[in-house]
Amino acid sequence: MAQQDISFSDTAVRGLPSVEQNSWALWGTVLFLAVAIALPFFLRSFVVFQLTLAMIYAIAIIGLVLLTGINGQFSLGHSAFFGIGAYTAAVLMDQFGVSFYWTLPVAGVVCFVFGFLFGLPALRLEGIYLALATFALAIAMPQILKSSLFEHWTGGVQGIVLIKPDAPFGLPISSDQWLYFLTLAIGLMLAVCAMNIVNSRTGRALIAIRDNPIAARAMGIDISLYKTLAFGVSALFTGIAGALSGVAIQFVAPDSFTFNLAIGLFVGLVVGGVQSIPAALFGGLFVLFVPNIAESVSKGLAGAVYGVILILVIYMMPSGAAGLARLVADKVLMKAHRKGPR
Amino acid sequence: MDLFLHQVLAGLATGGIYACMALAIVMIYQAIDHLNFAQGEMAMFSTFIAWQLMQWGLPYWVAFVATIVISFAAGVLLEQTVLRPLHGAPVLSHIVVFIALFAILNSAAGFIWDYTVKPFPTPFGTQPLFGQGLMSAHDGGMIAVTLIILVLLYLFFRHTRIGLAMRAAAANPASARLVGIRVGWMVALGWGMAAAIGAVAGMLIAPVVFLEPNMMISILLYGFAGAVVGGLTSPLGAVIGGFSVGVIENLAGTFIPYVGREMKLTIALALIVAVLTVKPSGLLGRRVMTRV
Repeated sequence: MAQQDISFSDTAVRGLPSVEQNSWALWGTVLFLAVAIALPFFLRSFVVFQLTLAMIYAIAIIGLVLLTGINGQFSLGHSAFFGIGAYTAAVLMDQFGVSFYWTLPVAGVVCFVFGFLFGLPALRLEGIYLALATFALAIAMPQILKSSLFEHWTGGVQGIVLIKPDAPFGLPISSDQWLYFLTLAIGLMLAVCAMNIVNSRTGRALIAIRDNPIAARAMGIDISLYKTLAFGVSALFTGIAGALSGVAIQFVAPDSFTFNLAIGLFVGLVVGGVQSIPAALFGGLFVLFVPNIAESVSKGLAGAVYGVILILVIYMMPSGAAGLARLVADKVLMKAHRKGPR
Repeated sequence: MDLFLHQVLAGLATGGIYACMALAIVMIYQAIDHLNFAQGEMAMFSTFIAWQLMQWGLPYWVAFVATIVISFAAGVLLEQTVLRPLHGAPVLSHIVVFIALFAILNSAAGFIWDYTVKPFPTPFGTQPLFGQGLMSAHDGGMIAVTLIILVLLYLFFRHTRIGLAMRAAAANPASARLVGIRVGWMVALGWGMAAAIGAVAGMLIAPVVFLEPNMMISILLYGFAGAVVGGLTSPLGAVIGGFSVGVIENLAGTFIPYVGREMKLTIALALIVAVLTVKPSGLLGRRVMTRV
């Protein structure tokens, strides 16, 4: 945080560079879109599938950014909402024959309700206590899904097998590619929504609660309402991601939504940068690919390699990839600006 | 009524495990103000070291003491090398490093000693203690050891200078430093003690649940639950909380249909959420006041 403040208050780069930064951001977005749309036509379908998954994780991580980065609440339990989203979609498709596209908003709403409800006890908890409660939620979720109480719908330990939707309108692309584009579109839409939330009155209220709850309350912000809403919205994002993942993998089972998934999402959040929505994509890629890299280094010690990579990342990029990118961008702009006026 | 009493007794037996773990958790929370998610894996690794020492032919109690010493040193070393550079970093970074330690220790233990389940000896024997076989001699011994550790900790924190210094360093690092306490070393000492207590807990738990790299995950959750029930700032509370969690788990398993048997972990979740909602400081914890 301190570094950001310094770079912003540095008068040498005020004014013009902010316009420059904006145009940089615009060009960056255009370039990203062009690459993202072109990619599936050049890659093997398995890689397309992997990238789809990475984007799905990124959507879930955006939910965490809103909760943790913007509102300052912890969660080590988002695997639970991811799982609820996936199961909502799966049960609707499997038991009630609902079309896949309609299950996404339903999964989002169901998760919003669950998140809102879990947000109520979470109101009384701060920092490490909230981490604990959500940790317990993540551990308990697979058992709840396996329980014979719900077995009729969830299929118990067996899980539910799903079918990938084909591309509509007779588009000449495979179902993998279609799901990739669909996820990309939904992801972009949700990312824009999230950014608008952050830049709105609501977003400023959430940030005020994070930075100083007492001052926020003094300014007339209803802390309980905003905190539970943040939990609900965060769960909504994660639930939609969960529903997409269920279809992408074509299978949901209780053991897909263990504590490991929660850890993965949390790590993706921190590695990407807790306050940056675009960096969620980096987080998603990290979640998906780094364990594979670790496994290729050493099969037996994969977990250890992963852990070492994690510690190194925390040492070298304490504010995540977003923080590193901002630092580099500031340096470059500063240099360009110094040369410029002369 | 008979069934009820039996279940309470059996619950106390398993509660001993949780109490052990909760004690180690509270210990490190006192020293560093964070919950260490790698705590269970540290205890598991220590237990493997003890097992290895016994495989090399050392008698039980020699291996027991050696493991405690090794774990203490390893805890101090871990704090000095891995966590020292993170001093002042946000809580999120700490949690990620705990997760990393979790992954490293789990995978290393699996790599060195493989994932087959190993029996672990008990010094107390396995004969039943009260006739009906509800509580074995080992369970009794485990509870006794937990209580002994508790008394030792109480004496250490209340009646030694270094214990006082540790409490000061945790409560108010800046002021503690001003009166000449080496806060960095106190934190390291806290890690060492937590690792040592974790080692004892691991060695007492292993005969019951058997030794393997994943033995600690659900126990860690119950340990957390116990610590929360008792209050994260109170060692005595942690022990009481651990025992109550064991009893509640057993009673719920017997008397509540469905939930009890199949959703045992959910009971821990419900307990944590309930206690944190109704009385966040736990049974014996002190309330933290903030000045505006």
